[in-house]
Amino acid sequence: MAKRMRFRHGVHPPELKQLTAAIPVRRLPFPDEIVLPLSQHTGKPAVPIVRIGDRVERGDKVAEADGFISSPIHTSAAGTVTAIELWPHPTGGYQDAIRIAVAPYDAQVPRKRIIPDWRGLDRKQLVDAVRQAGVVGLGGAAFPTHVKLVPPDDVSIDTIVINGCECEPYLTTDHRTMVEYPGRVHLGIRLMMKTIGADRVMVGIEKNKPDAIERLRATLPDDLEGHVTIHGLTVKYPQGAEKMLIKALLGREVPSGRLPMHVGVVVHNVASVATIAEVFETGLPLIERIVTVTGPGVRRPANLIVPVGTKVRDVFDACGGLTETAREIVFGGPMMGAAQASLDVPITKGTTGVIALTGAEVKSQHSYPCIRCGHCLDACPVFLNPQLLGQLAMHDRYDEMVENHLMDCMVCGCCGYTCPSNIPLTQLFALAKNQLKRQPPKPKAA
Amino acid sequence: MSITTILLSVAILGGVGLTFAAAIALTHWKFKVWEDPRIDAVTDMLPGANCGACGEAGCRAFAEGVVLGRIQPATCTVMGADDVLSMAQFLGVEAGEANKRVARLLCAGGSNVAVQEADYLGLDTCKAAAAVAGGGKGCRWGCLGLDDCEVACDFDAIYMNQYGIPVVIPDKCTACGDCVDACPKDLFVLMPIEQKLIVQCKSALEGDEIEALCRVACTACERCVADAAPGLIEIRDGLAVVDYSKNDLADVSAIARCPTGAIVWVEGAQFQASAQPLEKAVA
Repeated sequence: MAKRMRFRHGVHPPELKQLTAAIPVRRLPFPDEIVLPLSQHTGKPAVPIVRIGDRVERGDKVAEADGFISSPIHTSAAGTVTAIELWPHPTGGYQDAIRIAVAPYDAQVPRKRIIPDWRGLDRKQLVDAVRQAGVVGLGGAAFPTHVKLVPPDDVSIDTIVINGCECEPYLTTDHRTMVEYPGRVHLGIRLMMKTIGADRVMVGIEKNKPDAIERLRATLPDDLEGHVTIHGLTVKYPQGAEKMLIKALLGREVPSGRLPMHVGVVVHNVASVATIAEVFETGLPLIERIVTVTGPGVRRPANLIVPVGTKVRDVFDACGGLTETAREIVFGGPMMGAAQASLDVPITKGTTGVIALTGAEVKSQHSYPCIRCGHCLDACPVFLNPQLLGQLAMHDRYDEMVENHLMDCMVCGCCGYTCPSNIPLTQLFALAKNQLKRQPPKPKAA
Repeated sequence: MSITTILLSVAILGGVGLTFAAAIALTHWKFKVWEDPRIDAVTDMLPGANCGACGEAGCRAFAEGVVLGRIQPATCTVMGADDVLSMAQFLGVEAGEANKRVARLLCAGGSNVAVQEADYLGLDTCKAAAAVAGGGKGCRWGCLGLDDCEVACDFDAIYMNQYGIPVVIPDKCTACGDCVDACPKDLFVLMPIEQKLIVQCKSALEGDEIEALCRVACTACERCVADAAPGLIEIRDGLAVVDYSKNDLADVSAIARCPTGAIVWVEGAQFQASAQPLEKAVA
């Protein structure tokens, strides 16, 4: 048997995927209004190119990318621009957004083929088409995909890793994508191999999705045989973190402060790969995505194709509404997702799932002093010392936290999850990073 | 053990000791830096809180400044008037005059008047709450009431009232600015105590939009603009803004018709007569 593919540390939260794992994807009806935040991706927010009162058709570009690490935004429904104003954003706080009143009784027929056919496009045109389509990573961080399709000249990429782990509890977005759209995944892989110029592709899927592994293997086109391998991986959180995934699949460690490309690897989420194929197939930019709506607080959990910009209120309505006991709404997975304070928050390109939790799951627990048990050290997948960092964070000693490698922390939540004293370690680190972004540490005096 | 051994060891140890003592004495004599002894004396007179309200790095830095004549003693707002006087006499300088300043909170939206849209259950500080969806308060500018400022205050000058709004005790406040830094919503400002006309709101929304979220918010209705001396108050970004360069013109009449009680006339501490919106009387 080949050597076991694994990474060290991590935790095993309950998977809780059975709520939606077997439910086929269905389409959400168009809402009355969509709200498109200008910042739906990592990098600079897009710049609006429409004015209040403008009529837009489904798929029209409403905001242009601002620079290379940015992405354009297209409207997911035909209607009229009513406002460009601050609106609650899934990352917390308020950000500029374009509000579009969706035209009632409109057939919502998209414009014909905004994105050209992929056949006959050369490498550069392909990347440009992906960029124009506003494709970003759909795994959560929403990094503009086109940036990761052209490796810089000074690195050579030998392996493309496709991330189908979906290690967060509850979420089944990637799972359903692989089961229902394996053809798109394979076409996406083919296009990526062409633009990146690597001929080895490894797809990593956690073993709790045997149907997805099976389906991707069964549908693998003959000419990709030998280039593309599909691997079942240990079910462990955070298997889907790109550095952990590279470690598990290739045994390579991405050094601190470097990127996967520095070890010859590019990681793409499986849903992003399928989306690349989708935009070329349909000719439409990225204006809708699959979202898992789940949790004990929602009446009919579902996997939905949601127009980007739909308010979470409308998404819940389509799932039978919230139960009386629903207490907290989280965008993303329960480990890394962000709690929401408003039902008006729109679904963005990076929203993998919406989870409604009940009082039983979210009861705030009293936190006790640290007993130095070391569970957090055993859980941290990047081998930090969360206990020490936590102590520093509680005393606002952020500069010392940086010295203790706070910046390698990806806020995966393993430490806080294992802490028997209920110390909110992960929140402390997120807060510290937040504060440091506002006030960068002073450079050390020589 | 013979007596020689004992004597020898005493001699060696004593010799080593003397040698080092001489070295230390020599270094001390050679590298001695003369320092004005008054700096130490003045430092002893200071409260030693190192609060930074004077703008210096701490009490000792302040003492150096006073001795050099760069700063007037009264700049230290923590010292009592008697101490300032005795320091001035000690140095033979003018005591100077310092405007008494107090931290004022630009929000009156306690739990009794402001809408809370979502409960926040996480880490118990304003800073952390503000990072999670803004803290869940309906008004996104408003005070979160998780007492970061109370913790930050070195002088026990801040307490939280029953509606979760911090109250600054003017007598204890030294205007050191720690609460200004601690507040993630930037709600504190340091104001001279004679500025009594204060708009206790920071919301940029106007009219019904903000009144639906907070009963004591400034709705930018402009009544105070009309009632106050011309030019004293203007409406900017959905808020009444007092021009404090014309503070002499300010009087109580400006607040008379405020429908929400957002603009107040503060004598002493804020939030004493709890800010209550006027009953909507028939005109």
